[in-house]
Amino acid sequence: MKLKGWKEVTPGAVILDAGNAVEFKTGSWRAFRPVWNEENCIQCLFCWLYCPDMAIKVKDGKMAGFDYDYCKGCGICALECPGKKGNKAIVMVEEGK
Amino acid sequence: MAKTLILKELSKKEILLSSGHRMCAGCGAPTVVKMVLLATDYPVIASNATGCLEVSSCISDYTAWKIPWIHNAFENAAATISGVEAMYRSLKKQGKIQEEIKFIAFGGDGGTYDIGLQSLSGAMERGHDMIYICYDNGAYMNTGIQRSSATPMGANTTTRPAGSVIPGKTEPRKNLTKIMAAHNIPYAAQASPSHWKDLMKKVQKAHEIKGPKFLNIISPCNRGWRSRTDDSILLSRLAVDTCYWPLYEVENGVTKITFTPKEKKPVVDFLKPQGRFRHLFTPENEWIIKKIQEDIDREWKLLQKEELLFST
Amino acid sequence: MAKIVAVTGNEAVANALRQINPDVCAAYPITPQTELMQRFSSFVSNDKVKTELILVESEHSAMSACVGAAAAGGRVATATSSQGLALMWEILFIASGLRLPIVMPVVNRSLSAPLNIHCDHSDAMGARDSGWIQLWSENAQEAYDNTIQAFRIAENMDIRLPAMICYDGFIIGHSIACIEYLDDEAVRNFAGEYQTLYPLLDVKNPVSYGPLILPDYYMEYKKAQDEAASKVANVVLDVAREFEKISGRTYGLFETYRLDDADIGLVILNSAAGTSKDVVDEFRDKGIKAGLFKPRLFRPFPYEQAGETLKHLQAICVLDRADAFGGSYGPLFLEIATSLYPYREKPILINKIYGLGGRDYLPEHAELALNELINITKTGQVRTVKEYIGVRE
Repeated sequence: MKLKGWKEVTPGAVILDAGNAVEFKTGSWRAFRPVWNEENCIQCLFCWLYCPDMAIKVKDGKMAGFDYDYCKGCGICALECPGKKGNKAIVMVEEGK
Repeated sequence: MAKTLILKELSKKEILLSSGHRMCAGCGAPTVVKMVLLATDYPVIASNATGCLEVSSCISDYTAWKIPWIHNAFENAAATISGVEAMYRSLKKQGKIQEEIKFIAFGGDGGTYDIGLQSLSGAMERGHDMIYICYDNGAYMNTGIQRSSATPMGANTTTRPAGSVIPGKTEPRKNLTKIMAAHNIPYAAQASPSHWKDLMKKVQKAHEIKGPKFLNIISPCNRGWRSRTDDSILLSRLAVDTCYWPLYEVENGVTKITFTPKEKKPVVDFLKPQGRFRHLFTPENEWIIKKIQEDIDREWKLLQKEELLFST
Repeated sequence: MAKIVAVTGNEAVANALRQINPDVCAAYPITPQTELMQRFSSFVSNDKVKTELILVESEHSAMSACVGAAAAGGRVATATSSQGLALMWEILFIASGLRLPIVMPVVNRSLSAPLNIHCDHSDAMGARDSGWIQLWSENAQEAYDNTIQAFRIAENMDIRLPAMICYDGFIIGHSIACIEYLDDEAVRNFAGEYQTLYPLLDVKNPVSYGPLILPDYYMEYKKAQDEAASKVANVVLDVAREFEKISGRTYGLFETYRLDDADIGLVILNSAAGTSKDVVDEFRDKGIKAGLFKPRLFRPFPYEQAGETLKHLQAICVLDRADAFGGSYGPLFLEIATSLYPYREKPILINKIYGLGGRDYLPEHAELALNELINITKTGQVRTVKEYIGVRE
């Protein structure tokens, strides 16, 4: 990525493009990835709520998978998932396996 | 502008902190901020003290903030937002702005309990219409886990390591929420991301009150706490259940406990999963655990008594 | 209708602020600024201004609140002296780094220790590299005029840098002098409407102020700041030309007094320049070609223009009301020496430190300096480059 010269930078380093951090994909950080076992999902949305990286996709109020571009693999979603009858809807699986 | 807090409905809202921030995997802070911003529909402008949240959310050419946001320095998040709020009042009075805007200052415990205390106290005393939200992870985490006055007693930090003659922090932590309540501000409260509805209700309530409000929110840090990356919500829940971090509010001087654990757990349940307390589990240091438990019990009793003072 | 009044320097500057009518001001008391903000506060309490006045709990918070208010999007001012300026030091750099056109009268007072409430220039000199524009004022009229012009200079869209207006504590701040006020409408029109740039309060276009910048970009931001600062001198002159139209008073980057054909000259800031001008006249009456150079724009310092103006002199005595101690010279001396550096043939320079902690600067001190310069031109010998004058042995 070409770095800007001094004439192109915004005065005072003010960032004008709100939320452009999305251009920085943090998915490469993870060592474990969450996997969704849909049959155990009760659609409680705790995973969406607790995810520190806003990496749980939700569509029309329903859990719709993970945004692997940003998921850092912390595992909070898996731990907090209530699952069904003791079976988790999210499990952490080692990357590369 | 009270909104029903149903996750399904909330999930349809745009989260005003984006992905792509640089906070550690499993950090409590972005979840706290997410919940705070989701709780309201008012436009919000935030100031942010230097610290983990600030450097990780706004770095180089990238910002994760979808609201107007300003980072000034370490100790002046409150003073900075005071200025923003004063400009708002000035321009509103002049008829140049019509809309209702809310003001929040975010600061870690370092930038709030210690270096930021003066600026916070001043802003609260002056009565600015703002909420100061402290995300308390119990140390100067961004610079590498140095002790702050919010660090719990007994904790191992890099400036007060548990060594052969000193067993980590020997002072009890400052009760900032009570200090803020003593400013006689209309609203001071403690919250936890584990009890998200309680947290969001408190944020909503605060937005509806005119004047200075203070919210102290526990924000686990798996790096500093030496805990697992997946247990930040679990630990904040344990903090509440052991009454280490009681959930209460002081509204116009009236104390109300907003959550009483069904079963008050012993503090070791909170301490055990954290590596920073590992050295306490030895015979020569068990007096510290005892002291921690005594302090918690005493504070919890006091809180319950305070609540009784005002109940009808 | 311009009005002639007898007022203190503080009162005059307070009136300038009233006429500018900023959106937000922050105030914290410190001698000898206190009277300024007290007067302004009474304007606030009596609905003479629209300003929201934040009565902060420290100067650090004063400047912090000003940064927040300026970033929010409006005209902002505060005022301080000495320890207050020292306390807000870290935020000064932030204000200039964020490119916020905050205006701040600084009522010059010495820095502790020892604690002293009287005038010298160590406070503003200590902040000279903070990226702020600095205008220095000889008397209450200049302080009033500089304050009004400072808003136009700072807010210029090519500049967007904060500005401080320096004038001597007590000597000018508290003394009553005869000055001419412009009328309210003239000042209001001169200042014009505040132009916002990336205002926080524009919630529909959220911006983020104050990112963490790494080595890959920091220098570009500072280079951009350097570029903006390099345009200040021309803007100061443009604004002064416009100001002359409404006031009849001329301002430049500096003032020269009987300097064009002078052989020897004094370089001196603020009120002591007034005293020195009288002595220059006396020497002129005796047939000695003495002159005086009084900087007005001290930061960014106009090296080229100053050098051009001073190079013809045979000897110059630079009088500093602040010192770096020991082998170092006073801050004004360093700037003058730098201005003259490019020339092969240049005046001999000596540095005298005077007036620290409010020690009186008397005509005899100017005489002492001028006599020494005469000696230097006669003998070509310099007795000592740097000396404290007015101090007991």
